[in-house]
Parts: sequence; structure tokens; C-alpha cells
Amino acid sequence: MRRSLKFGAALGATLLLAAGAARADDVKIGIYSEPSAMDPHYHNLGPNNSFSSNIYDALIIQDENQNLTPGLAMSWEPVSDLVWEFKLRKGVKFHDGSDFNADDVMFTSERAPNVPNSPSSFGTYLKGKTFSKVDDFTIRVTTERPYPLMPVDLSTVSIISSDVGADVKTADFNAGPAMIGTGPYKFVEWLPSDRIVLVKNEDYWGEKAAFDKVTMKPIKSNPTRVAALLSGDVDMIDSVPTADIETLKKTDGVTLASGISNRVIYLHMDRFRDNSPFITGTDGKNPLKDLRVRQAISMAINRDAIVSRVMEGIAIPAGQLLPPGFFGTSDKLKPQAYNPKRAKELLAEAGYPNGFGLTIHGPNDRYINDAKIAQAIGQMLTRVGIKTQIETMPKSVYFRSASRGGPNGEPKYSFILVGWGSGTGEASSPLKSLVHTHNKELGFGASNRGRYSNPKTDKLIEDALATVDDTKRAALLAEATEIAISDLAVIPLHYQVNTWATTKGLKYLPRTDERTSLRSLKKQ
Amino acid sequence: MWSYLLRRLVQAALVVAVMATIVFFGVNVIGNPVDILINPDFDQEEMARAIKALGLDKPLHEQFFYFVKNALRGDLGISFVFGEPALKLIIQRMPATLELAFASLFLSIVLGVPLGMYAGLKPDSKFSKTMMAGSILGFSLPTFWVGIMMIMLFAVMLGWLPATGRGETTDLFGIQVSFLTWDGLTHLALPAVNLALTNISLVMRLARAGCKEAALQDYVKFARAKGMSEQRIVLKHILKNIMIPVVTVLGLEFGSLIAFSVVTETVFSWPGMGKLIIESIQVLDRPIIVAYLMMTVLMFVTINLLVDLTYSLLDPRVRLGGAGK
Repeated sequence: MRRSLKFGAALGATLLLAAGAARADDVKIGIYSEPSAMDPHYHNLGPNNSFSSNIYDALIIQDENQNLTPGLAMSWEPVSDLVWEFKLRKGVKFHDGSDFNADDVMFTSERAPNVPNSPSSFGTYLKGKTFSKVDDFTIRVTTERPYPLMPVDLSTVSIISSDVGADVKTADFNAGPAMIGTGPYKFVEWLPSDRIVLVKNEDYWGEKAAFDKVTMKPIKSNPTRVAALLSGDVDMIDSVPTADIETLKKTDGVTLASGISNRVIYLHMDRFRDNSPFITGTDGKNPLKDLRVRQAISMAINRDAIVSRVMEGIAIPAGQLLPPGFFGTSDKLKPQAYNPKRAKELLAEAGYPNGFGLTIHGPNDRYINDAKIAQAIGQMLTRVGIKTQIETMPKSVYFRSASRGGPNGEPKYSFILVGWGSGTGEASSPLKSLVHTHNKELGFGASNRGRYSNPKTDKLIEDALATVDDTKRAALLAEATEIAISDLAVIPLHYQVNTWATTKGLKYLPRTDERTSLRSLKKQ
Repeated sequence: MWSYLLRRLVQAALVVAVMATIVFFGVNVIGNPVDILINPDFDQEEMARAIKALGLDKPLHEQFFYFVKNALRGDLGISFVFGEPALKLIIQRMPATLELAFASLFLSIVLGVPLGMYAGLKPDSKFSKTMMAGSILGFSLPTFWVGIMMIMLFAVMLGWLPATGRGETTDLFGIQVSFLTWDGLTHLALPAVNLALTNISLVMRLARAGCKEAALQDYVKFARAKGMSEQRIVLKHILKNIMIPVVTVLGLEFGSLIAFSVVTETVFSWPGMGKLIIESIQVLDRPIIVAYLMMTVLMFVTINLLVDLTYSLLDPRVRLGGAGK
């Protein structure tokens, strides 16, 4: 009897200890966007790719600042202009205990671009690349043209186990059985729109996960997400609304982590129509084709005021397409200074002393404070004589119209507010999509909604994308950026700054790719 | 009776068909989901592939033809966003919403009816007056505001209840429910009260008005003259007679609770159908929008039918099928 009592007490104490320990290492996170599927190859978009990074490794892993670090590949280098060689990491185990080798990479390269019903496939990053296995731990990738972005492109693709079989379906991942990766966390369950549960992978080859169990809860409503943090429902939230940052700063026990992102908010102008649909009072001329008018618009915008008033200080004025310091940016470009007087003079020189009428179109649910930014710009332009109307709309309506809503599938609007996040973390991403001439065959200029076209920048961008040498490529990209900005192909406004909030004991390292990845969540 | 049921069914099928057609074409006018679902790094080739993968490359009338063909076989299409059958996604989230709706219906009845009757029988008491004044706030304050205030008060400031989500669930006949565990109940409390607030007020006012009117009727006076106990008069004669308007209104409101709990589900991050539909509308996930609205129509038709049937049980004077044959 006494013995069993003692035993009971000991057991109770152990249980208590275990419960205490479990609580300390269990973390709940309120996330703004829920992934649309667990399948890492189904939907190539931010929320899904962020989530996959917890369960899966890529050959190369982007760190907080989007620098490339070894993942499942120990090293990589071009062996010729057209062939890259990847040496794979040995001794890596999948979550089911099986070994990782080149067959898994081959299998992934087959599956990733070909998932049925995918609304956005990894074909974007894997197209034109032929994979071949040299031995169990060496892979070669061949392209038809020299291709410097190989490491960046492959850093986007999660490597899955070949054991799941070629006919594995997205539903098999969503339900769990196929969720076998090599990453720092293992998958437990996904209850759609309720929670995703992960546990620590004790056998991880790299830096081990900081927490034993993590529950991610999608909370889209901004005030609710903040309230969930304050009430202790969750220990961390992402996408902290700018309006709440001041309050949270003063709250005991809450730590904010802010970091500049790779996303620039910018204005795109109609450069291809003489009679632009949303410009009035110019007798059918398109003033946006005149450099002086574009300069006037850029000078009329008080970027500091937008940052301090509209963005509550949580943004950084922009002078180019990607914050300085990223690969291929220019160190010469500074944000345009506010100069309404000179703006008026330039308008008069261009033949519009009385200004003209313009409508700015923008989304109201895509970027931080997007509709308010459009309103501020409208007022600033009206002040220098460009009578600006503001029209904002949901992203579901906006983006199709902005890209191809015109009568012949051309962009519909004259003057738009948009944002661009450089997924690859280097300057070729915005240059290729926003500045290069719209060209279906080359696949360039796909988001060039102003249809800007300049043979000089086109040539520099194409040359850069065929230059494997990093130093030379960086110089070419910087030069292309300088020409594009001096010609105001787009008018950059500011870089977004993202904020995460954690409570005591947690520390988040802000990521430039805006992701909420458990790889960046540490103990304090 | 049977011809009546048959007629109602044909009507219902017609409404569903018309509604599906309108929504199907309507969503297409708004925009194209591909533009927001695609990775911004796309090139023109990937854009064309994605449009084709979602079946949006075909002319609209052809898409509609396939939709109708599959719908007749019970397949309402595959979600553009999730890549799984729309119907499956909706049904997956249905228990959460139903639970919330039933909880809130329950609250409306157990709080609304007694409070309203009390106010009707004792109209001059201070308590009645306070409750009636409160009921005006109950249905005039916007749900989302009340929801956020409730979160601020009970979750953030007092720390009594959790702010979001559904909490622990248990399996009941194969359905996940949360009202059987303490954790689940605490999660259910705030959203259920929030969703019920309007209906509690509504039921209170209905019960009060009905009660006041019934108390003056001859049958009540007669019962009282017969020397029946007050309790029996209230419970047997008055209660039964005021239930008819209450059942009608609650029947209709129940449909709304299920179909349009969008606001409450969004504010409390409740993983139900309302959250699914609002997020699907934001990204123009047509298969889900169409399937959801078709189900909503079906549900309303069914509820209306049930209300009519309940009538005939509560009030023998009501005969189904119109003419009293």
C-alpha cells in the first residue's frame, strides 16, 4: 500500500513535470493566410510555400535575407555554360525513416511542374531544365541557354520522398499520409480553416526545431488576430496591422519584429496608347508618354508623408525596384525628393500648365493600406494641377482588368498602383516582369501593365539573364535598373515593412520574403 | 398532402436551377481567379497553362454546359483554389456552422421566450423595462462590432474565454462536435451568443407582444374564471398560442443563421462554411460559390416546408395545400 502510494506520487510528479514541459514548448501561431493545400507542389504561391518550408527542405534554402544556403544540396556550381551540378547531402532521413538520395530529387523534378488542377505550378521555376542523375548523391541540371538563376529557382521547390509514388494526389497530402519531408517539423494534422499541427523532427540534419509542437491557426480578421495574441490564445501573429503597432509596442510582454520586405509599391503608367482611356483634358494626347510629366508626378508625391502618415512609419521610401543591398540593385539611386514647385514647372514645360485629368486605379485588399495610399497620391497630384480621381476595388476585380481588361486583352487602366515582391530576392525578377518589353515568346514583361518598351533595358536584362558570372550580372542588372528609373518606366513609392508580434519567450527573425516560417522562429 | 409536397419540390428545383445559372454567369463578369491565384513570377505560358488547368480557356457557354452535365450527376465541380470537390469542402466545414447555428437557436429560445413572456405578463416591472430597452440594442448594434467588443471584454480584458477558433472537438456519430468538452464549450460561448443576440431580442419582442395580446383573450379569461392555476394558464394556454409567430420567425432566421453566419465566423475565426464562402468570394472560387448558394437555396426551401408542417401541428386550423378540403 505504502509502496503504491509512493509510486503514485512519483508518477504524479513526473506527469506534472511532463505537462509543464509540454506547455513551455508548445507554441500557437495566428497566421493571416492559410495555405490552400498541404501538397507542396500544388499551388506555387506565398502562403503555401511558406508553410511547406516547415515540413520540407529544398536543395538550396533561402535564409531570412533570401541569401542562398545549403539545403539538401551541400554545394552547387556550373560545370559548363549549360550544366549545373549539385552535390547532395548524405545521411538525411525522411520523416518516415527512409533515406534521402538523388532518386527523390529526380522524382520531385518530375512531379512538381505537373500537378493536376494546379492554379499556379512550379513550371514557372522548373521549365526548360533537364534533370539527370549522375550517382546517388550527384544531380546535373541542363538548360538550353546559359541560366544564372538556377540556384534561386531550385530553392523554391520542396523535395518530396519518391516513396509516395507517382500517382500520389493532392488529397493524399491534405489528409496526411503523403506528408513526408526532411524538414525541421513533421506534419500531424490539418483541419482546414481551423488549425495545422506540427511536431519537432528530432532527427533533423540541420539546426533542430526550437519547439516540440506548433499549432498554426488561420485568423484572417485583423482585430481578431491582435486580440488572440493579447488574450493569450496564440503566442505569435504575423501581418500585424500598422494601426495596432503603437498599442502593441506599449503592451507588456509583447515583442515586435519588423523587417523590410522585397516588396516595392509602385505606379505603372500607360505608355502604349496615344489616347489613354482614363486621361481627360489633353485633346487625345497621352501626357504620360512625356518624361517631364512622369518626373512631375514623381516629384509631386511626398513619399515621406505617405510613410509617416498613411503607413504610420512602417515603410521605407523607395528609389528603385528592390531595396538597396539586394543582388543587382543600384547604389546610386535615391528616392525622388518631394518638390511640388518643380513639378508644376515641368508640367508647364510639357505643355500642361493647367494640368489634366487622371484616374488612379488600385486594389483595396492586396497591399498594406493600399486604398489609403491611392487616396494620398490622388490628393498630392491634384495639388500640382493633375486633377486625380481615385478608384479602388477588390483584388479579384482589379488584377484581371489591370493586366488584360481592355477590349483586345490589353491593360485597361491608364495609371495604376501595384506592388511587386521579388520572390527570387534579386533584381532580375522585377526587371524581367515589369520593365522588359511585353513579349509572349520570351515570356518577358508578363506584368508590364504600362507596356513600357526600351531596347536598351531589354538588351541589358536579356544579357544579365544569360550571364552566369555573379559580379558581371549584378552590374548589368544595376545598370538596367538605373536606366529604367531615370526614364521612370515605373514610379517607385515605398518598400513594405512587415511586422510579426510574439509574446514572452519567442523571437521571430523578420524575413524579407514576407514568409512566416518556423525556421525563423526561435526561443528568446 | 402529396401533391402539395410534389409542387413544393418542383418549385425548389426551379429556384435552385435559376440561382445556379445567375451565379455561374455573374461570377464570370466580376473577374478571373487565375490573376490572383498565380505566382507573380509567372510568364505568359504559365498563365495560359493555369487558365487551361482550371477549365477557364473554354467559352463560357461550354463551361456552363459541362457544369450542368456534371451537376446532374451530383458533381458540383472542383474548387479552383483547393483542388478538391467543392461539395466535399463545404460538407467538411458544415458541422462547425451547424453547431454554431443550433447553439444560437437554442439560446434564442431558452432566453428569448421566458424573458419575453415575463415582460408581457408584467409589463410595468423594472426588470421588464430594462430587458426591453436592452433588446433594442440587441438587434440594432452591428454584429461585427458587438463581436469585437465581446472579444475585447471577455477574452482580452477579463481573460475568461478564448478569443478565436473552435477548440477541442469530439466525435459524435462520426461528426466532430465541440459542445461535449469544456474547452469546446468555452470556445463556442462567445460566437454563439454573438450570433444569437439579434434573435434573442427578436424572440423576446415577439413573445412579449403575443403574451400581452393573448392575456386579454376570452379563453384566458375563461380559464381564469374556471379557477385554473396561473402557472397552467401561462404554460398551457398562452405559451402554445404565442409559439406560432415565434416558430415562423425562428424557422426563417435559422436559415439565415446557417447561410449567413459569415460575419460571426469571420470575427471569431470559426472554421465553418461562412468563412469558406467569404474567402471563396474574395478569390472568385466559382465552384464553391455556386455549390454553396445552391445548398443555401435548398436549405431555405426545406426549412420553409418544415415551418409549414410545424404550423399544422401547432394550429389545427391550418391545413396544408390551401383549400380546406
